[in-house]
Amino acid sequence: MEKLDFTLNINGSDYSLSIEPRRTLADVIREDCCLTGTHTGCEHGVCGACTVIIDSEPMRSCLLFAVQAIGKSIRTVEGLADGDDLHPLQKKFTEHHALQCGFCTPGFLMLALSALERDPDISDEALREMLSSNLCRCTGYTNIVRAVRSYRDAGK
Amino acid sequence: MSVPRHFIGRSVPRLEDEVLLKGSGRFAADISFPNQLYMRVVRSSNAHARIISIDSVAACATPGVFAVWTSDDIQDIPPIDFRDPAAEALGPYRQPVLANKTIRYVGEPIAVVFAEDPYLAEDAAELVEFNLEELLPLRSASDQPGEFEEGIGSEPLVLKSAYGDCQAAFDTAYAVIELDLTIGRHSAVPLETRGALATYDPQKDLIELFGAAKVPHRNRNTLMRMLKREVHLHEGHVGGGFGVRGEIYPEDVLVCLAALRFGRPVKWIEDRYEHLMAANQSRGQRHVAKVAVDAEGRVLALDDEFFHDQGAYVRTHGARVPELTMGMLPGPYQIPSFRSEAHFRLTNKTPAATYRAPGRFEGSFVRERLMDAVAEKLGLDRVEVRRRNLVSKEEMPFARPLSTLGTEVVLDSGDYALLLDKAMERFGWTEASSATRRRRMKGESVGIGLGFFVEKTGLGPTDSAHVSVNRSGVVEIITGGASLGQGFETVMAQICAEALGVDYTLISVIHGQTDRIANGIGAHASRATVMTGNAVYAAALNLRTKLLDSAAALMQTKAAMLDIVDGQIISKENAAGPSLSIAVAAGDEGLSAEGAFHVDHMAYPYGIHMAQIRVDQGTGAVTVERYLVAYDVGRAVNPKLVEGQIVGGFAQGLGGTLFEEFLYDDQGQPLSVTFADYLIPTLSEIPEIDILVTEDAPSPLNPLGIKGAGEAGTNAVAAAIASAIDDAIGKPGAVTKIPVTPQRLMALLQD
Repeated sequence: MEKLDFTLNINGSDYSLSIEPRRTLADVIREDCCLTGTHTGCEHGVCGACTVIIDSEPMRSCLLFAVQAIGKSIRTVEGLADGDDLHPLQKKFTEHHALQCGFCTPGFLMLALSALERDPDISDEALREMLSSNLCRCTGYTNIVRAVRSYRDAGK
Repeated sequence: MSVPRHFIGRSVPRLEDEVLLKGSGRFAADISFPNQLYMRVVRSSNAHARIISIDSVAACATPGVFAVWTSDDIQDIPPIDFRDPAAEALGPYRQPVLANKTIRYVGEPIAVVFAEDPYLAEDAAELVEFNLEELLPLRSASDQPGEFEEGIGSEPLVLKSAYGDCQAAFDTAYAVIELDLTIGRHSAVPLETRGALATYDPQKDLIELFGAAKVPHRNRNTLMRMLKREVHLHEGHVGGGFGVRGEIYPEDVLVCLAALRFGRPVKWIEDRYEHLMAANQSRGQRHVAKVAVDAEGRVLALDDEFFHDQGAYVRTHGARVPELTMGMLPGPYQIPSFRSEAHFRLTNKTPAATYRAPGRFEGSFVRERLMDAVAEKLGLDRVEVRRRNLVSKEEMPFARPLSTLGTEVVLDSGDYALLLDKAMERFGWTEASSATRRRRMKGESVGIGLGFFVEKTGLGPTDSAHVSVNRSGVVEIITGGASLGQGFETVMAQICAEALGVDYTLISVIHGQTDRIANGIGAHASRATVMTGNAVYAAALNLRTKLLDSAAALMQTKAAMLDIVDGQIISKENAAGPSLSIAVAAGDEGLSAEGAFHVDHMAYPYGIHMAQIRVDQGTGAVTVERYLVAYDVGRAVNPKLVEGQIVGGFAQGLGGTLFEEFLYDDQGQPLSVTFADYLIPTLSEIPEIDILVTEDAPSPLNPLGIKGAGEAGTNAVAAAIASAIDDAIGKPGAVTKIPVTPQRLMALLQD
């Protein structure tokens, strides 16, 4: 299949790519840009493990072709920490034991962060509604809610 | 800031988190090697058929395709073996690595394509064509057994166990209550799908398998038997296990064999659609159970005949799930006479095996439904009936004339009545009972329910560990344990830190690497903290002795006069005096020690689930308003992680109780193959629950008093929710089948 040459901007860096246009954004982020923190849990848009932020919107990267993200700003979990210094939301996750296996965690981090960037005062109810769009099989969600709520409250 | 002296019993942050939070974990799909091939499995779309021919010419001719295999290409590879010795009768039911003459479930591997790119491999897999002769599928384990293949029946085993005089008890009972109960088929469904990546090193004649989990050492042994080669397994990060991941499946064998034959790394990553029809499914039992009781509601005998739907093959576990169902069925109650018979039957569905609280989730539902039925029949309070039947503290250790997992069931310690009191108070059972009654009178369908259970943990017989400190003062623990996300590293480091006198954050923990330690038990059946934890404790104490001996010589004193605090060896009498770091005491060569832990019997923690639920009369939806898990864990190494295990386990249990089910149509076609049909609970369905962890009954079987915590949250969810639904809709005994989906609940309301 014919390849296309294009550039993706991820976490502020440009990645020059030459790939088949049928490749999903999730696969390209993981395989071609070697950013394996974005995980694929279902590849049909339900679990949200592959959630990334595109131009400030949380998106399922498994449901997009990479070519659809040309010219947009993509943020992944690798862009959160500043070197060894974890992002405050990441710190809240460890403080509240909001992760066990950690597979769904990057998706939850990106989902929560984008929601809080849009509405720093998001209500508890809206927060639960928003976090219910991703799946976690280990934690039973309670500690994820606590971590995100505590990050929100710290920003007030 | 000074480092605390004690690490066991503290909710310290996890060592695992930072890497995972940064997205720099190494899950199976994250690992790649240069020049690797990608494997794609061609799966059956029929539930039962004879293979006439397979045509892979077009697939082979696709550019980028390296090879296509069918069973003809792997005739030298035996079927996948059992992990533990299993009944000889089960041998013919093992799964071939690729279907040979017969296809037995939708999703069964028939061929594999190896290609330079995963997209190409998937394209080519669709070009493999089959000529099949369709056969009628075996649909249900409740039906009369049929044929697995010509001359071989579909019921390889009928397991039986009994004690006491059941017949006499039923003949003379005040009342006999019989129920017909069904537990639907559901499973672990971890968020990371399975994955395997193998390499072959011709110089060492060594196959290495990455993506290992759960029981790497045991799987190494099985793979070496099957492949007749040296194999090493490596566990990276693991995206949840819960029983399903880490068993040997066809794909694990295929990547190893392909790497060996092609001399190239071979990678396979499962997709979700595959996972939902290829990975082990679980539960799936129908019980016809009855109890004989006296006039006070004391159970005189329990008799349970059940039908276990094993699916298409007997996989690595043999008949472990029905064995566990049977051995753990009596739970916390006396049950003076007992009889059980399990029909272990094959059907044309995805093969079944263990899932968190295997056999106990099912058995607790059955036993607790029976206790509710006894209460109803005799007009007694549900809690009181249970209380009258509990094994008392004074009777501990309580030996049942039953065995499970090859060990006698001896309840090691417990104060069941005390925990019941504590749970009643914490939940406010009496108040909730009145409050829900008042709400029902106003027209709401709201109710409360409970389930009592005993867990089994810390299966022996033995495990060992190695602890060392090098001249830089770095402490390393080498275990044959495994980490599935439960916090294994943190807990092992806490135990080591406690024994050694160093900060737990400075300890590195090795697990899941078969080239680092000869043997290991992995992580399953709530064994790791009990078995590996106590082995680490023993090894760390041995290392402590060596460090103190070394320091005593250097400090010209006696070892008995010394202590280790925060990695510094100090005088007990003069803590502020001269000290020596463990790095210096370890010397240029470093110091190391081994430790082992051996035990003959399991440790049995216990608990109670209490639920308050509301039924929507218009939709049949169940909302959990309040939920308590009270659990005696003996001794919690890290209470926050214990609670995390319980909440997560509860969410899975609630999934199996209300939402999750693998359904099949009459032709054996699976109907639950995406996350749109197989409904894992989201945050919307999971309430914030209350957890009461007690330490009233430490295990006398190990020096740390530990019991396992992995399965408590799941065990009695169906039992408690069913009890609460009955109460809410005012129909005692209404719930006989789980999951209680809205459709099923509407039918109960209209009954």
